Amino acid sequence: MEMPDIDWQLAIDSFWPLLRGGLTGTIPLTLASFTLGLALALVLALMRIGGSRVLSGIARAYISAIRGTPLLVQLFVIFYGLPSMGLTIDPWPSAIIAFSMNVGGYAAEVIRAAILSVPKGQWEAGYTIGMSRNQALRRLILPQAARVSVPPLSNTFISLVKDTSLASTILVTEMFREAQQIAAFSQEFMLIYVEAAVIYWVFCLVLSTVQDRLERRLDRYVAH
Amino acid sequence: MSPTDPTRTDPAQNDPLLRVSGLNKSFGDNEVLRSIDLNVQAGQVLALVGPSGSGKTTVLRCLNGLERPDAGTVDFSAGPAVTFSEKTTRRQKESLRTRSAMVFQGYNLFPHKTVLQNVTEGPIQVQKRPKAEAIAEAERLLERVGLAEKRDDYPHQLSGGQQQRVGIVRALAQQPSLLLFDEPTSALDPELVGDVLTVIKELAEEGWTMVLVTHELAFAREVADTVVFMDGGVVVEQGPAQEVLRAPKQERTRAFVHRLLNPF
Ligand SMILES: Nc1ncnc2c1ncn2[C@@H]1O[C@H](COP(=O)(O)OP(=O)(O)OP(=O)(O)O)[C@@H](O)[C@H]1O
Ligand SMILES: [Mg+2]
Repeated sequence: MEMPDIDWQLAIDSFWPLLRGGLTGTIPLTLASFTLGLALALVLALMRIGGSRVLSGIARAYISAIRGTPLLVQLFVIFYGLPSMGLTIDPWPSAIIAFSMNVGGYAAEVIRAAILSVPKGQWEAGYTIGMSRNQALRRLILPQAARVSVPPLSNTFISLVKDTSLASTILVTEMFREAQQIAAFSQEFMLIYVEAAVIYWVFCLVLSTVQDRLERRLDRYVAH
Repeated sequence: MSPTDPTRTDPAQNDPLLRVSGLNKSFGDNEVLRSIDLNVQAGQVLALVGPSGSGKTTVLRCLNGLERPDAGTVDFSAGPAVTFSEKTTRRQKESLRTRSAMVFQGYNLFPHKTVLQNVTEGPIQVQKRPKAEAIAEAERLLERVGLAEKRDDYPHQLSGGQQQRVGIVRALAQQPSLLLFDEPTSALDPELVGDVLTVIKELAEEGWTMVLVTHELAFAREVADTVVFMDGGVVVEQGPAQEVLRAPKQERTRAFVHRLLNPF
């Protein structure tokens, strides 16, 4: 293997387009999908633990389907598959739908486990001060479950940052698609892809730091 | 006994805050409560004693609407009586909750809320009382159990005895007509038991009506007006505290009292 000369000028010139792809593609795609995905996950988790067998069964089937199929396939079904059924969705909304549905399936199990990890006595203490099930859930159980879910959900979030690169396959201009275009144009595949990798890495390092901070803050009311 | 039972003669029995009759509860095949009858007089303390597994906690949970009895009537004088059957709705069961407040064996404080927030949660969020009023009331109650300076601490920063006193204050802040205590001191280190018992005794002297499940027979004898001895899901004996604990009529009660007062 020969050591290539590094074309520093190209590295510098391509840095801004790549970063722009990250800031205007990767990050908004991640934030939108994660937010919607969490909302879906909460609904699924509540369906799973609520009293209804039917709802619980639907949620379980959904979660199983999402976790049992590749994200890339889910993305293709929505973007390339639906048009043949007469439903054409643009790249961006397709990507957000696919990623949200995926996050929903994974995060649902995290949230469900977190809710179940809150001791039963907390529900009962809520009931004895007159709360309804909903009030106890909202004011007592979910805040405590949130504390427990932060580490696993942070991991889901960080995975999502990286997974959004798959959106390049359905023509969403995020960081990796930007990288592919610059690489094809300059023929400097190694340089550009490593540069993109470094930027993803830095994003994830920053997020890990945020995660640590958040966990420490949420820890303040828990005994050790 | 129905509320209009004409055969009642004892004048002390004329002002029942709570009447429980024919309470039954099974978990699967396990008949945990069998036809429990209790009367609690306003301003009195009823101590519920008995061996482990006799159903004491289950009685309290039924009174507080945390458990649904299979049959029986729970009748608080201030509200509509609830007669339990298959058809009893969740709403009916839950209507009991506003009458009583429970102090749990394991405190069950909200770990993500400060002491003050633990106490004001019910008054502000459930009862929709004015915030300033609820806070002032909570501070007054915390003051009287000696925890005024702990108002902004989180539960895990308190000792067990302090946590249980917060648990009691949280119950008081609901302004219930009946306080339910489930072995309030049994999770505490011995040196912390006294503080909590002192608070309970003061509440009794102040005229709070309470049902107290306890293994502290000496304490029960001191504060309780009535003692109910349960075993195997039935009430074996009930009567004035002095009689039941000093001169029990039933052999099972005698053996239980003897064992608890002379453990070695
Ligand atoms: N949720 C439940 N599911 C099944 N069985 C239960 C449940 N709660 C209580 N039991 C059973 O009911 C019986 C009475 O329990 P309970 O907790 O009322 O007794 P207790 O008198 O409070 O005992 P202790 O002094 O040990 O607290 C026990 O046999 C117990 O196993
Ligand atoms: Mg018990």
